[in-house]
Amino acid sequence: MKTPVVSALAGLSLALGLLAGAAAAAEPCEVPNYLWFGNNDLKHVAEAVKKDKRLTIAVVGTGSSILAGPDGPPSAYPARLEAALKQKLPSVAVKVVTLVRTRMTAQDLAQGMGKLLIDEKPDLVIWQTGTLDAIRRIEPDDFRAALDEGVETLHRGGADVILMNMQYSPRTDIMIGLGPYADNMRVVAQQHEVPLFDRLAIMRHWSDTGAFDLYAAGKDNVLAHRVHDCIGRSIASMIIDAAHLRPADLKVGQ
Amino acid sequence: MHAPVVSTGRDLRLDLFRGIALWLIFLDHIPSNLVAWGTLRNYGFSDATEIFVFVSGYTAAFVYGKEMRERGFIIAGARILRRTWQIYVAHVFLFAIYLAEISYVATSFENPLYAEEMNILDFLKQPDVTIIQALLLKFKPSNMDVLPLYIILLLLFPPTLWLLQFRSTLALGASVLLYVLTWEFNWNMPSYPSGHWYFNPFAWQLLFVFGAWCALGGAQRLSTVLQSPVTVSIAIAYLVFAFVISLTWYVPGLGQYVPHWLEEVIYPIDKVNLDVLRFAHFLALAVVTVKFVPRDWPFLKSRWAWPAIVCGQHSLEIFCLGVFLSFAAHFAMVEVSGAFWMQLLVSAVGILIMIAAACLIRWYKVAEGRSPGSRSMKTPDADLAGGEA
Repeated sequence: MKTPVVSALAGLSLALGLLAGAAAAAEPCEVPNYLWFGNNDLKHVAEAVKKDKRLTIAVVGTGSSILAGPDGPPSAYPARLEAALKQKLPSVAVKVVTLVRTRMTAQDLAQGMGKLLIDEKPDLVIWQTGTLDAIRRIEPDDFRAALDEGVETLHRGGADVILMNMQYSPRTDIMIGLGPYADNMRVVAQQHEVPLFDRLAIMRHWSDTGAFDLYAAGKDNVLAHRVHDCIGRSIASMIIDAAHLRPADLKVGQ
Repeated sequence: MHAPVVSTGRDLRLDLFRGIALWLIFLDHIPSNLVAWGTLRNYGFSDATEIFVFVSGYTAAFVYGKEMRERGFIIAGARILRRTWQIYVAHVFLFAIYLAEISYVATSFENPLYAEEMNILDFLKQPDVTIIQALLLKFKPSNMDVLPLYIILLLLFPPTLWLLQFRSTLALGASVLLYVLTWEFNWNMPSYPSGHWYFNPFAWQLLFVFGAWCALGGAQRLSTVLQSPVTVSIAIAYLVFAFVISLTWYVPGLGQYVPHWLEEVIYPIDKVNLDVLRFAHFLALAVVTVKFVPRDWPFLKSRWAWPAIVCGQHSLEIFCLGVFLSFAAHFAMVEVSGAFWMQLLVSAVGILIMIAAACLIRWYKVAEGRSPGSRSMKTPDADLAGGEA
C-alpha cells in the first residue's frame, strides 16, 4: 500500500521531467507503482487459479494487440502474457485466446462480448480498445456507453475484466486526440471497479525513461517485439497482483 | 476596481489574459510536452479555451458594439461578417498545413508497432469527400476545433449584439436558455465521419455571450456582487476544491480519498458541452482576477506585461500561428529529439516567435495607418481593436 506522500512525490518526479530517467533504462519493463491504476480484485481469476488450477484469459482488441509477419503472433503481447503466466504459475493450466479484429470501435467489440462468453468461457477478459474510436472521433459519450455495455455484459457472464487503453505513439499523437477517450476509460474503470492497464501512461513512461525509442519511424521488428514482451509481462504482474496470487498460496492449495 | 465601462478605453487586462491564454493553448497543443504541466488545465476544471472564448466575446462586443451604436446595424454587421470570413480562411489555411504534415507522416512512418495508428490516413483515401467536409467545417482534425466554434459564434453575432444592446438581460437569458436546452436535449452540430463538434457551439455560446454582456455594462452591474467578500471567498474555496480534485487525476493514489458519491456527481467533466463545473471554475478565476488585478495595475504598462498584451491584441493571427507552431514543434521533437531539453526549447522558441509575429503585425498596422494615401483610418488604435475582436 503506497502512501499519498509517496504517490505525490512520484507524480512530482514525472512532472519534473524524469531527468534521472536514464537510470531506469536498465530495467525496461519496470512500471512504477503510481502507474498501476485501480486496486480492484480479480475474484474470478483468484477462484479459478486456486480451486481449479486453470485460467482462461481472452484478449479482445484491435490492431495494436497483434503484430504482423510470420513471427508476429508468438511475439505479440497476448502470447507473451501466456508465457509469463505459465512461468509464474507453473501448476496452473493457463490459456490465452485472442479475439482480435482490426478496425473495430468499442461499440463493435462490445456487441461481441456475449458470444465470447459462451464460446470461450473466460475467467478474465482483457479488453483493449479506444484507438479507432479516437481516430474516427466517435462521440465520447457513445464510446463510454459502449464500454459500460461491454463491461456489464462480461460481469453478468461471470468474467473479470481488465481494460487496456491506447498505445503511446509520439509520432502520431498530434493527429489523434486520445484525451477524452483515455479519460472515459478511466471513468468506466473506476465506476465498474475494474483494473485499467494504462498502456498509454506506461509506454509513455518507457519512452521518457529511454527504455524504448518510440519515436523511431523505421521498420523495426525487434523494437515492436520487445515492447510487446514488456506489455505481456506487465499485464501478467498486474493479474498476479490483482488476484492476490502468491506462490505460497498456490503451494498450500496443491 | 472600476468595472469596465463601454465608453472608456481598452482594458489591458483582457489583452494580457488573452495573450497568456494563447501561449497556454500553444503549449497544450504540443503533444508529449512536459512544459504543458505548467498550464492551467492541470490545476482545475477549466483551461485556456474558456479565457479565449470569454475575452473574444468581450472584445467583439466592445468593438462592434461601439460601431453598431455609431454607424448602425448594417455596417457593424457587415464588418463582423468580414471578420468571420477572415477566420474561415485562416482555418482552411491551417487545414492545408495539417494535410502536409499528415501526408509526410504517411510516407515516412512504417514502425510495425503502430500499424493501428496508421488508420488516421484512412481519410486520405477519399480526398474528395474529406476536403469538402473540411470546407463545410464538418471534418475537423485534432487541435483544429476552436476556430470553427469562433466562426459560428461570430456568424450569429450581429443579431445577438443587436439584442444585447437593447435588451441585454433578455439576450443573456436567451443564451442561458439555449445552454440549458442543449443539455436537456443533447443538441450539437454533426461532424464527419462521425460524432459531433468537439466544442459544441450551442453550449459554448454561453461564455461568448456572457463575455459580450459583461462588455456592454454587465460587468459594471455585477461589480458589487463581484467585489463582495462572500463571493471572493466562495470563488477561492471552489478553486481550491478544483485544484484538489485535479491532483487526483495525476496522482492516482489520491483517487481513493474522493468519496464515491462525489465522483458520481462531478464526472465526467464535459468539455464538449462546457460543463457547469468548468463554467463555474472560469467564473471563480475571473472573480479572483478582478479582485486582485486592478484595472490600473502598473504592471500592465510595464515592459514585462507587454509581450503577452501585444499577442492578445492580435489574437486571430497569433492563435493560428500557435496551431501551426505546435505542429512544427511536434515535427521538430519527432525528427530531432523528444528529450526534455528539446521540449523546453521548442516551447520557448514558439512563444518568442508568437511575440515577434505580434510585434510585426503591430508594426504593419501602425505603418499602414500612417502611410499617405491609404484609406483613412479613424485611428490606428481603432483599427487595432476593430481587427482584433
